[in-house]
Amino acid sequence: MADQMKREVTLNIPIHPNMELVAAQTASIIAEIMDFEEIHIDEIQLAIIETCINAFEHSNSEDSKVTVTYVVTDDELELKIADHGVGFGTDKTSLLTGEAGAQAMQKRGWGLEIIREMMDKVEIDSGDEGTTITMLKKRA
Amino acid sequence: MATSFKLDTRTEDGYAVIQTDGYLNGPTAEQLAETAKDLMNQGYSTLVINLEKTRLVNSIGISILIEIIEFLDERGGGLHFCHLTPVIERTFKMMGLAQHAEIHRDEASATTNL
Repeated sequence: MADQMKREVTLNIPIHPNMELVAAQTASIIAEIMDFEEIHIDEIQLAIIETCINAFEHSNSEDSKVTVTYVVTDDELELKIADHGVGFGTDKTSLLTGEAGAQAMQKRGWGLEIIREMMDKVEIDSGDEGTTITMLKKRA
Repeated sequence: MATSFKLDTRTEDGYAVIQTDGYLNGPTAEQLAETAKDLMNQGYSTLVINLEKTRLVNSIGISILIEIIEFLDERGGGLHFCHLTPVIERTFKMMGLAQHAEIHRDEASATTNL
């Protein structure tokens, strides 16, 4: 089987209000080129927005930037969102609110759950040198 | 950096409609909340939020929508949403908004029985 060609786009965005839209718009354009359906483009955009605002709010990154890498193959879009902040422990990744949170209309702490709902696969690598969230969306 | 965001309001007999246009995040949802509170203070306790021109709502924006619902609940009012994209509707359901506000396909169905 022939290897799939990978194409990559990298974007460095400053931690600044609304810069998450730059990352989301870039994802939208790439996903449109890949012929993703509109609903899946919306899902990708929301996942990337939530990932970026998580980094903006919680990373305390000294370089004040987030690097977004879009890796395109024939039928998948992989997104890597990396910051050089303080990272977060696995206890925080399990702070998911689910049905109980919905019942209580809990206001905050939904970012990771939304990301997992919107994407096909999500991996979190977090430590003292920062956090990288890798997300995958398959073209239906 | 400001993004383009607009709110249009319209009052009818017994209810008011707020139409959003653009990305709903923390600051823009705060604008929406202020508009909703102004309308409540004018006596409109039933509000319809039309999201036809909004494709993206982040979780901070939704948290402020929850505050609007709580504000209306405390005053015996009600909130209705219409023209949600499938992704926005799914996110609203995840975060519990659908249990405390009504979701309608379009403005006509939202206002039929008000």
